[in-house]
Amino acid sequence: MSAPALLEVDGLFVHFEASRRPKPAVVHAVDGVSFRIPRGTTFGIVGESGSGKSTTAQAVMRLVPTTAGAIRLDGRNIIDLNGVALHEVRKSLQMIFQDPFSSLDPRRRAGNLIAEPIRLLEHRSKDETAARVDELLAAVGLQPSAASLFPHQFSGGQRQRLCIARALATAPALIVCDEAVSALDVAIQAQILNLLLRLQAERGLAYLFISHDLGVVQHMCDEIAVMYLGQIIEQAPNSAFFSRPHHPYTWSLMTAALPAGPLRQSLKKSYLATGEPPSPINPPNGCRFASRCPFVVTRCREEAPELVAIGTGHWVACHRHDEIDPPVFA
Amino acid sequence: MSSDPVLVLDDLSIALATISGEVPVVEHLSFSVAQGSTIALVGESGCGKSMTALAIMNLLPQGFRCSGGRILLESEDVVAATPSRRRALRGNRMSMIFQEPMTALNPVFTVGEQIAEALRAHQNLGRRAAAARALDMLRAVQIPAAENRIKAYPHQLSGGMRQRVMIAIALACRPKLLIADEPTTALDVTVQAQVFDLLARLQEEMSTAIILITHDLGAVADIADDVAVLYAGRCIEQGATRVVMEQPLHPYTAGLMVCVPHLQPGVMAARHRLLAEIPGMVPPLGQRPTICAFSDRCTRVGNDCLSEPQPPLFTLAPTQAVACLHPLQRETTA
Repeated sequence: MSAPALLEVDGLFVHFEASRRPKPAVVHAVDGVSFRIPRGTTFGIVGESGSGKSTTAQAVMRLVPTTAGAIRLDGRNIIDLNGVALHEVRKSLQMIFQDPFSSLDPRRRAGNLIAEPIRLLEHRSKDETAARVDELLAAVGLQPSAASLFPHQFSGGQRQRLCIARALATAPALIVCDEAVSALDVAIQAQILNLLLRLQAERGLAYLFISHDLGVVQHMCDEIAVMYLGQIIEQAPNSAFFSRPHHPYTWSLMTAALPAGPLRQSLKKSYLATGEPPSPINPPNGCRFASRCPFVVTRCREEAPELVAIGTGHWVACHRHDEIDPPVFA
Repeated sequence: MSSDPVLVLDDLSIALATISGEVPVVEHLSFSVAQGSTIALVGESGCGKSMTALAIMNLLPQGFRCSGGRILLESEDVVAATPSRRRALRGNRMSMIFQEPMTALNPVFTVGEQIAEALRAHQNLGRRAAAARALDMLRAVQIPAAENRIKAYPHQLSGGMRQRVMIAIALACRPKLLIADEPTTALDVTVQAQVFDLLARLQEEMSTAIILITHDLGAVADIADDVAVLYAGRCIEQGATRVVMEQPLHPYTAGLMVCVPHLQPGVMAARHRLLAEIPGMVPPLGQRPTICAFSDRCTRVGNDCLSEPQPPLFTLAPTQAVACLHPLQRETTA
């Protein structure tokens, strides 16, 4: 690793105190996560609810306090920044949320909503701001007249466009997309994904793309990490990840996401995980997936596997990664 | 199918009363579901699929009404039924699973009490018998340690468990018809697959007819026998799921199929390639034209589309009907 990547997350831990009495309980939301996002690329995190993918995103945005670890933006650790210094960082770090219905203030007009980040972070003149708002509306495919409308006058897809315009307002280098298209209809979802791809090509944006939808992730991401109960259990570049995944949990996710048909039917029996994830409060000592893994052996329950490299940029945390052949998905 | 259909929708229309008169919500929808089979209603939000479900259940919100056509549950007209008869039908002979199991369950009663409630109301079971049947149902929906979980409150269960409880409540009285409105949208993918498997297994055991409402055809293709694609309140394509999925004839159905980035393991995805998108959006309620409502987004639009009213469904293949003046060509390759 020579030049620092745009974003480097190093040994990130986020723990929450769930209760103090009768006995202390700590939610291990994120437990030692590391990854790097080069400029202009898309890094995807997939996982089920409770896997810690959203908490990771929020920690990167400095929206939740981190327990340990480092988050470096252009080589500078932003974990202890606050006040003006944090504002400076937020210019290059923006976020799009899942629900465009609750992430926009219903009482403010679209133009005002887009101008807010410019006003707060960049201190430009009124005319400059207005010009920038027009330009941003055009960039996300909205009419200039939209500036005077309220959020409720837009459809879901248009609102998500507004959220994207807001995120673009300060010309960030990285946008965190937390399930940014999950709440949208499929036809609108395609429009928004295309918009994100176009903006990336035009502006050299990097995305941290959080999603539970493997199809979307395959389409959007250069590199993918799978999280389970707060840890990354597999990470690989797009082609390696989707051609030869190595973790049984990844197999389960892929089997569930396969298009309907005989292939899914036949793979389901051997590879689909049963049950549901254990609680992130005091997670199990061994491999965290052991309770649901179809290939579990005694060692898995006793000893936590480390991430090991099995190819260029391909990492997997499984004791049996070289014993079991991955299923043939295609 | 030898038996008579469990449910027949005959030219159903639903309208919403507004200040400026009645606005059509669903227009001329017809389909039927046979015992033990499943039909999927597919469409974007606002296309009328949930309103159709609520109309069948007789649960239309205030202002909405069935403005035409009939809904026949085992040959009995549901719309014309008296309120007490409707209550007898709901939960007993037809029932419904909602999208969000957290808001559909009552937070102050245990799940056992909620399953038993349906049984006591509809099957005249006593407290003890109902509790015993509730336990059976929890086991049937594969909830581990059912004896303990029967005393659990909804907040003590995970999303997947709650949806299983919803299924248990819905199927407790062994209804003839089950309506599932996006039953797995709020669940994780691996849990989704489990819930669909469970539904399919229980359907086989009880030979329930199922109406499955979804926005993603790919997700339900395994368990849906037939499919009806709705657009702006009108059915624009209908047929056997396999046939429609392999060869959609309506440009909208075809667009829906390709705009979803489906997982393709082993395939080098053309990264950064733009998806085929359907431009524009569904016309809002009250602004639907009498011509084809999809015409302003359609790539195959012709002059006749803009002058003639939207054509009714007509059969193009033995198991496929489409409402379009310029349908895609059926390939005749074997």
